[in-house]
Amino acid sequence: MSVLVFAESTEGKFKKIAFEAISYGKKVAGLMNTSLSVLTVNAGDTAELSNYGAEKIIKVTNDKLATFNAKAYADVVSQVAEKENAKVIIIDSRANGLYLAPIVSVNLNAGYASNVVAAPSSTSPFKVKRNAFSNKAFSNIEINTPIKVIGLAKNSFGLIENKVNSSDETFSPVLEDSDFNVKSTSVDTAKGKVTIADADIVVSGGRGLKGPENWGMIEELAEVLGAATACSKPVSDLGWRPHSEHVGQTGKPVASNLYIAVGISGAIQHLAGINSSKVKVVINTDPEAPFFKAADYGIVGDAFDVVPKLIEKLKEFKAQNA
Amino acid sequence: MKILVCISHVPDTTSKINFTDNNTIFDTSGVQYVINPYDEFVLTRAMWFKEKQGASVTVVNVGNTTTEPTLRKALAIGADDAIRVNADPTDGFYVAKQLAEVAKNGNYDLILAGKESIDYNGGMVPGMLASILNYNFINACIALEVEGTNVKASKEIDGGKESFTCQLPLVIGGQKGVVEEKDLRIPNMRGIMMARKKPLSVVEPVAFEPTTTVLNFEKPDAKSAVKLVDADNVGELVNLLHNEAKVI
Repeated sequence: MSVLVFAESTEGKFKKIAFEAISYGKKVAGLMNTSLSVLTVNAGDTAELSNYGAEKIIKVTNDKLATFNAKAYADVVSQVAEKENAKVIIIDSRANGLYLAPIVSVNLNAGYASNVVAAPSSTSPFKVKRNAFSNKAFSNIEINTPIKVIGLAKNSFGLIENKVNSSDETFSPVLEDSDFNVKSTSVDTAKGKVTIADADIVVSGGRGLKGPENWGMIEELAEVLGAATACSKPVSDLGWRPHSEHVGQTGKPVASNLYIAVGISGAIQHLAGINSSKVKVVINTDPEAPFFKAADYGIVGDAFDVVPKLIEKLKEFKAQNA
Repeated sequence: MKILVCISHVPDTTSKINFTDNNTIFDTSGVQYVINPYDEFVLTRAMWFKEKQGASVTVVNVGNTTTEPTLRKALAIGADDAIRVNADPTDGFYVAKQLAEVAKNGNYDLILAGKESIDYNGGMVPGMLASILNYNFINACIALEVEGTNVKASKEIDGGKESFTCQLPLVIGGQKGVVEEKDLRIPNMRGIMMARKKPLSVVEPVAFEPTTTVLNFEKPDAKSAVKLVDADNVGELVNLLHNEAKVI
């Protein structure tokens, strides 16, 4: 038996959430007195995975898997899970993880707990805590099946360093043509920009900024912080910013370490999407803005005055801490 | 084309979230129930296929009698008929099994679902349903075109979008983008009147052991009050974020 983590790589490299998943897998393996295997697909250097407890690294290299395909990848995960006699399979909650996990569950007849935020409170019976009600509550659930799939919520369990000696092996999955019936025709990404999904810090602007021409300072603030830029729904509906920046209930979820909201009042639908951020900072001229009730830190003031000052202070801070 | 739209019956976004019975049951008192917002986008898209291509649209929900008003809303928006599977949606795998049975019986070409429900946030039913049926599957779908059996769709990916082609039959887990928010259909008086006469059939569930059980719920710890920093002292915010919050 084993615990299996699928460590997703993008262009051969691992994002922080892959290390979170391995840290989580190591914890579960410890609780269940078993070993941890980590699956990589077309990954580059896997040495860093050993820092988080990956005892066995199973490497799949295959040209057909060069671009992500949910059915094919789910097939690979399922085959490796069977080979490793994995009782718990951990997948992250990035877009691809969310896409393939339900397919893996059906392949293995496994119960699936998504948005899991903590280590299991017990492993027999297997109980985990997960986000529910759009991050307004948690549900504690028991997975009843012999094999269990866990979808790990971003930025929830954290990283646990645990350096081990890893053994590597290669695996050649059996891929069917029918795995590739859904064919990718084009990919459109804004290259080089930090994405909201991966960002530790997100800087977000709302209608209080009065117009798209005023976004320069938001972009500059984001740049100083190495942050992703985001916006509220009205701003995206007005076309001031691209749809891909809309965060909120029907937009992207934000689970970053820091969320800075400039000129956003804090409607419930917006809060529902950003609730999983650890620290929220609100800058708004209206002291009655509902967002202040949900914020950790706030400045009541004019964004056009405060944000340039914040940029300046952050630049000074960076210079001092260089 | 025969379209099946899967509808979840969920508490409205602004609902207060509380639990009763020792935190084992969601407290429905004072709560307004609505069609799951993600499902609204795919339902409106289904209406487009109905109007432009003559597709038929069936809506389905797994739930007890309290969900029928939500199914009627979907009928009022323009669906042709509704099916309620008489069972509590105990877990995602169970719901997917029930929907798969309905799908098999009705021989649907295109199955549309919202990518997740705003109450349980499982995000698993569309993918599981597609797997059980061995249908093609596109998650986080933000655009969908169908011509004959040819599908062109786009999905949201981290940092952008990806486009696909495939054949029917297909399941999608949809979201905003499949239609724009401003184009969402809402029931009008005529729709509501006609909805009363449209068929709503109730079917019994197939036997299947739920794979997960909800033990109880928890609410997050109460938040402490916001720490306000003076607009003239922005440096203090940087200080707090570094030394206290440790996020920069």
